Amino acid sequence: MTSDRANRKTVDVWSLVTLVVLVLYGLFLVYPLVNLFAQAVIDKESGRFTLSYFHRFFSKPYYFNTLLNSFKVTFSVTILTVTLATPLAYFFARFRIHGKSFVRILIVLSSMSAPFVGAYSWILLLGRSGVITTFFASFLGIHIPSIYGFAGILIVLTLQLYPLIFLYVSGALKNVDNSLLEASDNLGCSGLKRFLVIVVPLIVPTLFAGGLLVFMRALADFGTPMLIGEGYRTFPVTIFNEFISETGGDDGFAAAISIIAIVITTFVFLAQRYLSTRKSFTMNSMNKIRPVEAKGAAKFFIHLYTYLVVGLSIMPQVYIFYTSFKRVHGTTFVPGYSFQSYVDAFSKVGRTITNTLIIPGQSLIVILILAALIAYITVRRRNIFTGIADSVSMVPYIIPGSVIGITLLIAFDKPPIILSGTMLIMIIGLVLRRLPYTIRSSAATLQQIPLNIEEAALSLGSSKLKAFYKITMPMMAAGIVAGAILSWVTMISELSTAILLYVGRTKTLTVEIYTQIIRGNYGIAAALATILAVLTVLSLLVFNRISRGGDISM
Amino acid sequence: MSVTISIKNAKKKYGDVTVIPDLTIEIRDKEFFTLLGPSGCGKTTLLRMIAGFNTVEGGDFYFDDRRINDMEVSKRNIGMVFQNYAIFPHYTVRQNVEFGLKNRKLPKAEVRNSAAEFLELMQISEFKDRMPERLSGGQQQRVALARALVIKPDVLLMDEPLSNLDAKLRMEMRQAIRNLQREVGITTVYVTHDQEEAMAISDRIAVMRDGVIQHIGTPQEIYHRPKNVFVASFIGRTNLIDAEYVASGKTVRTGEYELPLPVTGGDEDCPVVLSVRPEDFQMGADASEGIKSTVVDSVFLGLNTHYYVELPNRQTIEIIHESVMENSFKTGDTVYLSIKTEKINVFSQDGARNLLHDV
Repeated sequence: MTSDRANRKTVDVWSLVTLVVLVLYGLFLVYPLVNLFAQAVIDKESGRFTLSYFHRFFSKPYYFNTLLNSFKVTFSVTILTVTLATPLAYFFARFRIHGKSFVRILIVLSSMSAPFVGAYSWILLLGRSGVITTFFASFLGIHIPSIYGFAGILIVLTLQLYPLIFLYVSGALKNVDNSLLEASDNLGCSGLKRFLVIVVPLIVPTLFAGGLLVFMRALADFGTPMLIGEGYRTFPVTIFNEFISETGGDDGFAAAISIIAIVITTFVFLAQRYLSTRKSFTMNSMNKIRPVEAKGAAKFFIHLYTYLVVGLSIMPQVYIFYTSFKRVHGTTFVPGYSFQSYVDAFSKVGRTITNTLIIPGQSLIVILILAALIAYITVRRRNIFTGIADSVSMVPYIIPGSVIGITLLIAFDKPPIILSGTMLIMIIGLVLRRLPYTIRSSAATLQQIPLNIEEAALSLGSSKLKAFYKITMPMMAAGIVAGAILSWVTMISELSTAILLYVGRTKTLTVEIYTQIIRGNYGIAAALATILAVLTVLSLLVFNRISRGGDISM
Repeated sequence: MSVTISIKNAKKKYGDVTVIPDLTIEIRDKEFFTLLGPSGCGKTTLLRMIAGFNTVEGGDFYFDDRRINDMEVSKRNIGMVFQNYAIFPHYTVRQNVEFGLKNRKLPKAEVRNSAAEFLELMQISEFKDRMPERLSGGQQQRVALARALVIKPDVLLMDEPLSNLDAKLRMEMRQAIRNLQREVGITTVYVTHDQEEAMAISDRIAVMRDGVIQHIGTPQEIYHRPKNVFVASFIGRTNLIDAEYVASGKTVRTGEYELPLPVTGGDEDCPVVLSVRPEDFQMGADASEGIKSTVVDSVFLGLNTHYYVELPNRQTIEIIHESVMENSFKTGDTVYLSIKTEKINVFSQDGARNLLHDV
C-alpha cells in the first residue's frame, strides 16, 4: 500500500495521453526531421558525412540569391503590413467609421483567400495585358510600371497579410485603458504624437507577435512568387523546383535547403521572442477606448485611408468573382457573360471539391481532439514530458509549409513507413501545420477555466476522464471550435504543402486552381476560386455564430 | 454516514519546501471543525490533502478505520464547497445538483427526488432551471452547498466559502451553514482566515501557523486561554506588555504594578509577557491605584472609543472603552490603569508557552 504511493500521483489516464502525443510527434515530426537532416549531410552514394549540398547552395549565387530575395520580400512585407495596419486598427478603435462592421468583414475576407489567387487577379488587372494596364495605355497613354517581380510580390503579400496585423492590434488596443489616452491628452500630448508616443509603445509586443506571423507566412508563401515573381526567385520556389525536378533521384540538396530555411526561421523566432519579452507590459483595461466622431479634415482622411486600403485588398477577390461569369473562348475572356466556366469547372474538377471537404475535414477532427488533449496536459499536468510535448508541438509553427511537405515526403517515401500518395500524408501535413495555432487558442481558453471546476466534478464521484469530457471539454468547446473554424479556412486555401504531397486522387481545390491558372484556363480557375471563396464565407458565418461575434485570432 | 477523520503525522512538501512538517489531529464525528490561520499557514493545503487533490508526502489519513491516502478523489465520498463555488457554468442549477447523483448511477426517480429535496432545503427550488450566470453570489453559494450535500457525503469540506460574499450576506450564510450542518449531522472541515467567522461557526478550532497547529480547542478556550502569543494576537486583539515573574510571591509585576496570579513559574525570577485584551483595562483619572500612563491618541468609533496609552516603560497599548457623553479622556491626559486579572494571560518570554495553562 505504501509502496505505490509515489506512483499514484504521476500515473493516470493523462500520462497515457502524454505518451500517445509524444509517440505521434516522434513518428510524424521528429523522425521526419531527423531523417531530413540525415539526407542533407549524408552522401547517398558513399553513405559518408558530407557538407557538399550546403557548399553547393552557398557557393552558387543562383541559389544563394533566392535566399536574399526571400529576405528582401519578407522584411519589406512585414514592415509594410505593420505600418499599414496599425493606424487602421487604431482608427477602428478610436473613431466612428461609416460602415465599420461591413469594412471589418471585408478585411477578414481579404485575408482568407489563398495568396496566389490574389496574385493571379492582380495579373489580370495590372499585368501586361491587364484590364487597368490596357485602359491606361489605350485611353490615357500612360504606361503603368510592371507588376511582375519584387513589386508584385510585395503588393500581393502586403494586401493579403495586413489583416493579420490589423486583428492582432485591434485585440491589443482592447487592453489599453482609455484613461491612458485621456491622461496623455491632459498632459498636453494628443493626436498623432499621442499615437506614436503612448499607443504604439504599449502594443509593441503585439506588433512583434503579429510581425512574426506575417514574416513566417510571407517567407513560406509559394504561389505568389511562382505566379507573379517571374525572374524574381524566392526560396520556396527554389525548394519546389529542386525537389520536383530531382524526385526519385537525389533529395539531399532539397533537404539541405530545407535545413537552411529552418535554421533561419528558428533564429527569427528566437529574436522575436527575446525582443517582445523585453518590451511587454501588464495591462488591465477598466474602461476600453470608445470610438468618437472625428472632425473636419481628419474625418475625411481617416475614411479615405480606410476605404482605400480595404478597397484595394478586396479588389482581387471581387474581380475574380466577376470574371468567373465572363464568357470564355479557348483560354481568353471575350465580351458577354455566361455560366460556362462553372459548367466546365464542375465537369473537370472530379474529386477535388470533395477532397477539399474531406481532407481538411478529417484533419480538423484530428486537430480538435489533439489540440484539446495537448492543451490540457500542457496547462494542467505540467511536468518534463508535457513540457517536451508542448515545445515539440510548436516546432511546425516556424517551419515553412513547403519544407513540411518535403520533410514528410522524404521520410515516408520509403520503408519502414510508406505514405506518399495517400490522403493520410496530406492530413498529417495539415494537422502538423495547424496544430500549433489551435493548441495555443485552446490553452488560452483552458487557462480561463478555474481548476476548481474539475475538482468539484471529482469530489462528486466523477472519474478524471469523465470530468474532462463532461465538464472541461464543454467549457472549452466554444473557444476550440472557433479556433478550429479559422484553421479550417486556412486549410481549405492551403497550397504550399498540398502542391508537394498531392497525387491525382488527392488533388484539392487550391491545387486545381493553381493548375488551371498555369494551363491558362482562366475561366475555370476563376469559377473554382469563387467556389472556394463561397466556402470560406460560409465557414466564417458559422464562426460568427459560434463565437457570438468574438474576435478572430490567428 | 458521517465519519471521524484521523490524521497522523501528515507531511506535505512542494518540491524542496516543506509546507506541513508533521501534523496530527482527530476530527470527531459530526463535529464542525475549523482550520484557522493567516494565508500561507497550510490550512487549505491540509484540506486539499483530506479531499485528495493534493499528494501526501508522509503520514496517514483515515476516515474511521479506512486509510484514504491512496484512494481516488471520486471514491472518497466527500462533499466539497470551493471558494469560487466551482458551479458548472454549462449546466442548470438542477443539473449541477444532480451531477454527483448521476455519477453514482442511481435510478432516475431517486436522482430527481434527492435533488428536489436539497434544492428545497437550500431554498433555491425556484431557480432550478436557471443557468448559474444568472444567479447572485449568495444563490450560487446555496447551489454549491446543495450539490455537495445531496450525495450524502461522509465528510463536508469547505474552503473559505464565504470570502466572496458581502458582509451582510456573509453573516446570513454562516448562520445558514451552521444550522444546515447540525440538521444534516455531518463531519465538517471548514477553512477560513477570519477569526470571527471561525468562532461564530465552529465546535472546535485548530489555529495553524507555518504548517503547525498552535492550538486546538473550542472558540472559548482559544479566546480566553490561548496557548501562545501567536494565538493570543491572532484571535481577537491583545496588548503584549513586558513584565517580570516574581518567584517569592508567585506574582507578576510590571513597573510598580503587581498582579497576584496563579502562574506555573519556577523558583527563580524571570521576564514574562503579559497579554491583556484592550477591553480588560480599567482607566481612571484618580491616583488611588494603577499604572500611571499618558493618553497619546484616541479614536471615537461610536459605541466604543479606542485609546492609545503610553505606559511608564514607553510601550504604547490600546484600550477599548465604552464611549461616554462627558469626561472622555483627551490626548495628553494622565490616567491610571488597572487590569481585570481573571481574563489576562501570562506567556513565557519567547511567547511559546502560556504559564497559566497548566494551573
